[in-house]
Amino acid sequence: MFKIVRREEMAEGTVILNEIDAPLIAKKAKPGQFVILKANETGERIPLTMADTDTQKGTITVIYMVVGKSTAIFKSLKVGDGYMDIIGPLGKPTHLEKVGNVVCVGGGTGVAVLHPITRALKEVGNHVTCIIGARNKELLILEDQMKAASHELIVCTDDGSYGRKGFVTEALKDVLDNNDIQLAVAIGPVPMMKFVSKLTKEYNVKTIVSLNPIMVDGTGMCGGCRVSIGGKTQFACVDGPEFDGHQVDYDELMQRLQAYAEQEKQCYADHQCRMNP
Amino acid sequence: MTQQEGKKEKISRQPMPEQAPEVRRRNFDEVPLGLSPEAAMKEAQRCLQCKKPGCIAGCPVSVDIPGFIKLIEEGEFTKATRKIWERNALPAVCGRVCPQESQCEGVCIVGKKGEPVAIGNLERFAADYERKHGKGELPPKAKPTGKKIAVVGSGPSGLTVAGDLILKGHDVTVFEAFHRPGGVLVYGIPEFRLPKEIVFQEVNFMERLGVRLECNAVVGRTVSLDELFEEGYDAVFLGVGAGLPRFLDIPGENLIGIFSANEYLTRSNLMKAYRYPEYDTPIIKGKNVITLGAGNVAMDAARTALRLGADVSRIVYRRSRQEVPARAAEVHHAEQEGVEFHFLTAPTKFIGDEKGRVVGMEGLKMDLGEPDASGRRRPVPVKGSEFRLECDLVIIAVGAGANPLLTQSTEGLQLNKWGYIIAEPETGKTSKKGVWAGGDIVTGSATVILAMGAGRVAADSIHKYLTWGW
Repeated sequence: MFKIVRREEMAEGTVILNEIDAPLIAKKAKPGQFVILKANETGERIPLTMADTDTQKGTITVIYMVVGKSTAIFKSLKVGDGYMDIIGPLGKPTHLEKVGNVVCVGGGTGVAVLHPITRALKEVGNHVTCIIGARNKELLILEDQMKAASHELIVCTDDGSYGRKGFVTEALKDVLDNNDIQLAVAIGPVPMMKFVSKLTKEYNVKTIVSLNPIMVDGTGMCGGCRVSIGGKTQFACVDGPEFDGHQVDYDELMQRLQAYAEQEKQCYADHQCRMNP
Repeated sequence: MTQQEGKKEKISRQPMPEQAPEVRRRNFDEVPLGLSPEAAMKEAQRCLQCKKPGCIAGCPVSVDIPGFIKLIEEGEFTKATRKIWERNALPAVCGRVCPQESQCEGVCIVGKKGEPVAIGNLERFAADYERKHGKGELPPKAKPTGKKIAVVGSGPSGLTVAGDLILKGHDVTVFEAFHRPGGVLVYGIPEFRLPKEIVFQEVNFMERLGVRLECNAVVGRTVSLDELFEEGYDAVFLGVGAGLPRFLDIPGENLIGIFSANEYLTRSNLMKAYRYPEYDTPIIKGKNVITLGAGNVAMDAARTALRLGADVSRIVYRRSRQEVPARAAEVHHAEQEGVEFHFLTAPTKFIGDEKGRVVGMEGLKMDLGEPDASGRRRPVPVKGSEFRLECDLVIIAVGAGANPLLTQSTEGLQLNKWGYIIAEPETGKTSKKGVWAGGDIVTGSATVILAMGAGRVAADSIHKYLTWGW
C-alpha cells in the first residue's frame, strides 16, 4: 500500500492534494512525468501527472479535481490511508533547455502539473513568465508556489474576483505582444490548450502541451490513450504526455474523452447516492 | 493382459462436458467443465503406454505424459500432478490453453486410428483435483545457493523460470508492471477460458515455494535493468511479452468504440469490466460488434463481446478459413456460440457519427494471391467489391509487436529489426551479459506453452551459469 502522508483540500474542496509515500518513484521521477493510481480492489486505474516529488522524504505529490467516482473515492482517503497500487514514473520527462524567455500557462488543475515544469525551466536558466487562471478566486490553486517557481506571475479569473479579469489567452496575448518569447508551455483543460496553441501559432512560438487522454495501463500496451499528432497516431503514455501543441488534434481528443461519459455520470450519481443516503 | 488390450480398443474418447452454447454465450463461467474422476480414469486406460512415446517429444516442456496418465489410471491423482510438476509448473493453465491438437495429441498413436488420448483434459483433471483436494504439499527444494535472480514479467515464461530456479535453491524475485501477476494469463485470456482464480493459485504456489513477487514494478521506469545488477542480482530473465498493439492505420481508427484487442481484453479480464459496475472500469458494450483478425485473441474478443450483450458478433478476416491461425477448438466454440465469420474481407475505413462514435465499417472483398513473406497467401483486393457493415464496436486483433519500454531504455541489448530481443534458441542468452530472454518478446506473439518452453531453456542455462560460470 502507498500511504498518504499529507492531505490538503483546495478550491472549496473540489481539488485535493495527496502527498504519498512512494520512494522508488520519487527517486526516479522527473518533471512532466505521471503515475497511474488504483485506490482499491475494484477501482479504476487513473493517470495523474506529479505536481511535486521529494527525494529526501521519498514522497510524490498529486493534485486532482473531483470529477467522478474514482476521484471521489480518492478524496475520501485520509492521512494514513493509502492507494493499493501506484506505478511510475511514466511518460517522457519534459525536455528542459535554456532557450531564453518562456511563458507557462496553466488552467484549473493544470496548474498543479505546470508547477514542477515551471520550476525546472527557471532552474535551467530561462526567464519564466507564468500565467494561471481559474473561473473564480476560490478555484485558484498554488498561487504562492507558482510565484516562487517563476520570475513573474499573472493571475486571471474569468469573473474578475481576483487578479486580472478574463481568460489566460488574453493575458498571454499581452505577454506575446510585449516580449520576445522562445517557448510556451500550456497545461489545462483541452479547450484551453487548444486556444493557447492557436494563439501562439500566430506568433510562431514553439508550444508544448501535456495531454490527458483516458488511460488503462500507462505502459504502451493497450493504445487506449492514442492521440493524433500531425496526422500520426501516438500513445500519450509512452510518446508523451507532452507534445507539440501546434500538431495536436484537440477535437479528436475532446471527443475521445467523452467515450464513457454516460457510464461516468451514472456511476458518480450512484456513488453520491450511496455516500449520502 | 489380453483382456486389458481388448478393453483399450473398445473405449472411445471420453467427452468433455461443456456448458451449452445458448447458456454460456451470456456468462463468463468456464466452457469445459472438467472430467469426473471416473471419466478421467477411463480415458487414462486408452493410453497405450508406448515404449517410444512420441507425445513427450511433442510437448514443448517434455512432460512425462505416459507417466502421469498411468498414475491417473491407478487412481493416484496427487502423484500424477507431482509427475507433471517435474516438467511443467502450470498444469492447470496448460491443460486449458495449450494447442494439444498440434502438440502431444497431434502425434498420439491412438489418434492415428481414432481420437487421440485426451492428454490436455487429463492434465487439467490432475491439476484441478490437486487444487481442490490436495494437501498442499510442496515439492522439495535444493539447498540455498546464495544466488539471486530477477525475473521481469510474471507471464508464463517468467513464472516457469521462477518455478524452476526456486526449486534449484536460488533466490528469485519476479517484477510485474501490472497490479496483479500472470501477464497474458490474466489480461489476455478471458475468464471463460482460464479462470483468474486458478492463475492466482498457481502464483501463490510459487510464493509458498519462496518466490518473491513485486507488482507495480515497471522495469525500465521504476528501476532500470542495470540497477537490478547494482542491487545484487546475479542474473536477469526478461519475459516481458510482446505488448505493443498493432493498428491498421486506416481512416477513422481513433473513433470512440474502436479498441485494440489488448485494451478491450485488459478492461474485461484484468480490470473485470465484465462485472461493471461492481468493478469501476467501464467498457463499451456494443450490440453490433466486429472483430478484425482470426487468431486466438480475435476469438477471445468476439466471444467476450457476446457475453457483454452483443446481438451480433462478427469475425472479419482478410484470408480464408484455411489460413485461420486460431485453434480449431476456439473457432468451433465461437461458431457454436453464434459468432459469424466473414472471410476474404478487409476494412478500408471506419465511419463515425457527429459525436465521434463508430457506426460503420467500409471494406473490400479479397482474393488470395501468391504467398507473402510469412508463407501465407497474400490477400488481394477485388475491384468494385466495396461494401459497408453497420457496427458500434470494433476490436482490432491483428497481432502485437514488441513493446519498446524496457528494450529502448536498456544498453547492450541487441534487438532485431522489429524490436524483438535476440536470444540464442538453445540457451535464451541475450547479447547482454547475465541477461536471458524468452517468450513473445523474443519470438513475437505465440503461445503460453512456447513461452514456458523458452522459460525452461533459460532456467537451465541460468542455473548452469550460476553454478559453473558459463
